[in-house]
This record gives sequence, structure tokens and C-alpha cells, in this order.
Amino acid sequence: MSGLPALFYKEMLRFWKVVVQTVVAPVVTALLYLLIFSHVLEAHVQVYPGVAYTAFLVPGLVMMSMLQNAFSNSSSSLIQSKMQGNIVFVLVAPLSYLEFFLAYLGAAVIRGLVVGAGVWAVTWVFVPFVMPHWGWLLAYALLACAILGALGIVAGIWAEKYDQLAAFQNFLILPLTFLSGVFYSIHSLPAFWQTVSHFNPVFYLIDGFRYAFVGQSDADPWLGLLVSFGCFVAISALTLMLLRSGYKLRH
Amino acid sequence: MSAAIHVRDLHKRFRTTQALAGVSLDIEPGEFFGLLGPNGAGKTTLISVLAGLTRADAGEASVMGHDVVRDYRQARRALGVVPQELVYDPFFNVRETLAIQSGYFGLRHNDDWIDEIMHHLDLTPHAHKNTQALSGGMKRRLLVAQALVHKPPVIVLDEPTAGVDVDLRRSLWAFISGLNREGHTILLTTHYLEEAEALCGRIAMLKAGRIVACDTTRNLLRHTNEHCASLRLDVESLPSGWQARVQRDDDGNWRFSFGDYTELENLLADLRGAGVRVRELHLQEPDLEDVFTDIMQRA
Repeated sequence: MSGLPALFYKEMLRFWKVVVQTVVAPVVTALLYLLIFSHVLEAHVQVYPGVAYTAFLVPGLVMMSMLQNAFSNSSSSLIQSKMQGNIVFVLVAPLSYLEFFLAYLGAAVIRGLVVGAGVWAVTWVFVPFVMPHWGWLLAYALLACAILGALGIVAGIWAEKYDQLAAFQNFLILPLTFLSGVFYSIHSLPAFWQTVSHFNPVFYLIDGFRYAFVGQSDADPWLGLLVSFGCFVAISALTLMLLRSGYKLRH
Repeated sequence: MSAAIHVRDLHKRFRTTQALAGVSLDIEPGEFFGLLGPNGAGKTTLISVLAGLTRADAGEASVMGHDVVRDYRQARRALGVVPQELVYDPFFNVRETLAIQSGYFGLRHNDDWIDEIMHHLDLTPHAHKNTQALSGGMKRRLLVAQALVHKPPVIVLDEPTAGVDVDLRRSLWAFISGLNREGHTILLTTHYLEEAEALCGRIAMLKAGRIVACDTTRNLLRHTNEHCASLRLDVESLPSGWQARVQRDDDGNWRFSFGDYTELENLLADLRGAGVRVRELHLQEPDLEDVFTDIMQRA
């Protein structure tokens, strides 16, 4: 029998054992964002006609939380295992590189979805959405968590120290997330930055996910889906290539 | 029947260091085999290649007939490795750690065996303790337990008693020896040569990535025929002809190194002839440390 379920279970148990840090804290952070931004901007900004700013903001916050937590799950688990040396227990097991990938990815996706659901649940008090487009919602949520979960595996494998992982997070993930339309529509940007935003894959994730809630978006949700799926395939291929070669894991 | 461990012409280079320079070795099933060598000799690299933690540049390695690269799943199922470093996952308790490790090997319902290992390694009272809260000795036991969860026929112990107290060392060796009697093949690396001498039936010595000696422990001990006698005499000087061969140590004893016992007989006869009385006589047989030192100096 395969060792994949055990590795997946271990990764799930790992984040569940510190649920305050891995689930509750990001939900509270998202709630604070909502309170502050909606308080300041609700009366001044209306991004889409007929859509209140808070209703615009919530899907962005849910998606941002999912992205950051899916990335954190796989990357922090791997860097901790590498730094503490207990990665050896996984490496001596009869697990293929594909099983390794699927277990870490699966747990990252679950954590992303749990945090996303948590953020949505607490923001429901402020913005009780009517039935969203479930298909778009699930497609974008899964793809977003999978892309960032896979990117987290790459970062966790590549980083040799905690500060290298922090650099990856602060100089790549955070700017991509913040500059992707969580708090604004890219149509409010100058033309040049609108063009730049279209090269940011996170923009499509947030835009498409928001479409599932409010039925309006900056880009065609089908195009966003295609770009997101392409990103997932490319990052997964890179991750699998690294795992297969044993890069920074097996000497 | 396949060798428990088969290694042929293994090479591995880390940047400027040639860690393995053509190592060939066969360990038969059921052997208690020692791998000795100074730091940096290549012992851990060899073990890492067997465990799949390191990829060799050239050569082949197999465990119970399963190639460690082509047939890695079967090779890893046949191997249990106790790593040198005291590593643990601080997120889990002892039982969770062992259950998870079993799961990696595809074993879902392994509680009976986990209970048995914990019992033998005295881990049962600590089953629900977080691994972080275990003492160093207990962490070492947990590493041994983790290596055994999938009942591997071949067990590799990489310096398992480094920094371990006497009680744990004894109980650990009693347990490992029991596993060996049950048919498990044991590969041991250690810097405690008296342990290797007492436990291992066969020993290989590595230096700079090459095997410089590989034989039964008994034959290795015969490698040097240098014996030493320590004598306490009631005189201050020796009969003529012996001054150059017998040295006096700081305690006032006379030390005589010889290859053949007739040399000792001749010395004693000359002492008796000169009227010298021997108050004490101690004979020191060569041990593995002498052999190891000698081989390492010559290699």
C-alpha cells in the first residue's frame, strides 16, 4: 500500500495541531483588513456599479488568505523538516516523488480552503452574499491553493534558511498578492500598470474568484481560468522536476 | 540467496572531497557487520547511498537484492536506518510518530508491532509524550523504534551510542543483538571500537573513501602479533642485551613488546639467571583499537 495517505495525514495533523496559528490567526487578520478598509473606503469607493466596496473586498480577502496559507503550509513544513533534519524520515520511506508532491500539495490545498472558508464565514456578518456561482468559486479556490501550495514546495526545497524563505514570501508572494486587485480594481490604475497587472497570475485568481461572488470582473473569467490552469501546470512541472532530481533534498 | 547488502565500485564526490572512491562490499543475511573508520572516511555517505539519501556518482548498491535506485521501493522496505543525528518531529508524540512512520511504509494497522517495539525499547510510559519532551536517550530509542516499524530485514545503525549513557547503551545492544539472533542483518558504524569488537562478526575499515581492511573480527585481531608484557622487578637495571628492548614507564614498570612468546620466555630465563625477582607480570593482548590504529597508519 502507498505511503501517500500517511504523509498527507501527517501534513494535515501538523497544521491542525497549531490551528490557532495556522487557521484562527489568518482569519482574524483578514477580519481586521475588512474592518479597517471597509470603514475607511465604504462611503467613498464603488468599484463596480451596484456593488458595495465591502462586497468587493470580501472575495479578495478570502482569496488572499487562501493564497498565503496554502503557500505557508507546504513551504514552512518543508523548511522546518529540513532545518530540524526530520525530513530524513520521509526520504528513507518508499515514497515516489509524485507521492511526495501530492501529499504536500493536498495538505496545502486543504489548509488554504479551511482558512478561506473561515474568512468567508466571519465576513458573512458584514456581507451576506446571496448564492454565488459555485462552479467558478470552487475552480478558482482549488487552482489558487494548488498553485501556491506547489510554489510553497518549490520555496521549501530551495530555501536553506528561514530568512531565505521569508525573502521568497516577502519579495515575491506578498507583492504578487497585494498588487493583484485585492483592495482595488485594476481599472483604477494607470494604463501601464493595468498592462503589468495582466502579467500577474494572482490577478486572474482574485478577479475570477470575485466574479463568482459579484458576477462582475476586470478580465474574462474563462481567460483567467486558462491562465491559472497554465500556471498550475507549469509550477507543478517545475516542482516535480526538482523532486525527481532530488534537488537540495538528496545529495 | 542475495546478499543483504551488496555494494560494487561505489563512487561519490562532494565538490572537492572524494567521499567514496570505489567501495565494494558484500554483507550476508544475518551478519552483524561493523563499518569503522575515522571521521570523514565515508561511512555515513555509504549508508546514505544505501538509504537513498545520497545518489552515487558511479557504481551499484542493493539491499536484499533490490537496487537502491531502480528498485528503490523494495530496497527501502528492506532497510531500517537509525540516523546519526538526534532528529525528531516536535509536532507529534511518540505513538503518533511511530504510526506515521509505519504509514509511510504502507502499514495501516501496525499497532501491535508498535506496542511491542515501544515495550522492548522502554518507550511505553512515554507513548503520549511529545517528542520534544523526551530525554536524549529516549529520543535515541525513538529513532531505533522508527527504523524498526516496518520490520526491515536489514538494520543500519549509524553511531547509535554516541553520547548515550552506559545503561541505555547496554539495553540497546541487548535489544539489537536479540534482533540479530532472530535473523536481522545489522550494519553498525561506531567510534567505540570495543563495542564493534564485542558485537561484530565481521568488520570493514574505511579510510578516505576506500576499504582498507575487511575480515572477520577474529582474523583482524590476529592482524597484529604484537603482544605486550608489563613487569614489576626488584632491580633498577636489566641484564645486558635487554636494555634496548625493554622500556621503563612512568610508574616504574618495565614494558616489553614481543611477537612470539619464546621471546618472553628468554627474557624471563635471563632475569632468573641474573637473580632478578619478578614481583608482578601482566600480559596485554592486542585489541581492535591497536589493530585499527595500525591499519589506519599503514593505509
